[in-house]
Amino acid sequence: MKVENSNPTNFVWLERVFTKFYNLSDSMKIREIIEKIDGKIVSGEDKLDVEVERGFAADLLSDVLALTEEKACLITGITGPQVIRVAEVLDIPLIIIARGKQPSKALVEAAKLSGIPVVLTNKTVFETCGILYTNGVKPCKIKIIQSSEETNTCLNAD
Amino acid sequence: MDSEKIRLVYRIKPMDLANAGVSSSHVKAELQRYGIEEDVVKRVGIICFEAEMNMILYSVGGKLKVEANSDAVEIFAEDNGPGIEDLEKAMQPGYSTAPPWAQDYGFGAGMGFPNMKQNSDVFKVESTPGVGTKIHAIVYRRKRDETK
Repeated sequence: MKVENSNPTNFVWLERVFTKFYNLSDSMKIREIIEKIDGKIVSGEDKLDVEVERGFAADLLSDVLALTEEKACLITGITGPQVIRVAEVLDIPLIIIARGKQPSKALVEAAKLSGIPVVLTNKTVFETCGILYTNGVKPCKIKIIQSSEETNTCLNAD
Repeated sequence: MDSEKIRLVYRIKPMDLANAGVSSSHVKAELQRYGIEEDVVKRVGIICFEAEMNMILYSVGGKLKVEANSDAVEIFAEDNGPGIEDLEKAMQPGYSTAPPWAQDYGFGAGMGFPNMKQNSDVFKVESTPGVGTKIHAIVYRRKRDETK
């Protein structure tokens, strides 16, 4: 008498339960992000179903340009239109403006023209990142640019 | 499209933060339209953005030129001054002479030159204080090992 083991359908079911229970999904839809961070979308309303897999937070656009190696959503406090240009160059799928900051008119106009989703939230960058992280959004790979000299200068001396 | 040569020229005005990055976005869109590889377009976009930002923040204005052919994309950024006093220092990551207002806009992290260099296959800067700065960067469309 043999016991039939490893019925594949059982595992699929189990996996689904775990994924749901432990939040193992590895991306978030923009729609979901807005809901979880109490966000308000100001442009790119047609892209609510876009999946966001990775995130990066910075208030220095130079750092976003220099360090990110993968497409990642940007969580920031910058409110000028330059952030949209950076997003265009780097194919950033979503910009979240945190700390209740209001984007400039020029930013909203530029975002609408390029169709890049911009979401506003009153939460801090820290909290926003935490919420995205616990819901499966992963950090993006970054380049470490080393100084040509032997001395290890601190990158953020200020 | 491969045999065709693309040539784009932009005038960059000093302190024109409102239009910062507009030229780079345009370069990206044009290169994409001509079917240039995605990773090449991205690297060129980053180089242009940094060059554009440098001219807006520090120079009295200049020109950004992008030329592409079947082998490579070349970027020329030339401004009319004031030039860089200490080029070696400017190449160091984290070194910046940006005014505080530039930092409010998210610039001036001192990553401009290191970032441009990292994204180019060939990167040259020439600067004469009082005259101006010339940047020449090349991004190859195929890895050079593959073309051999």
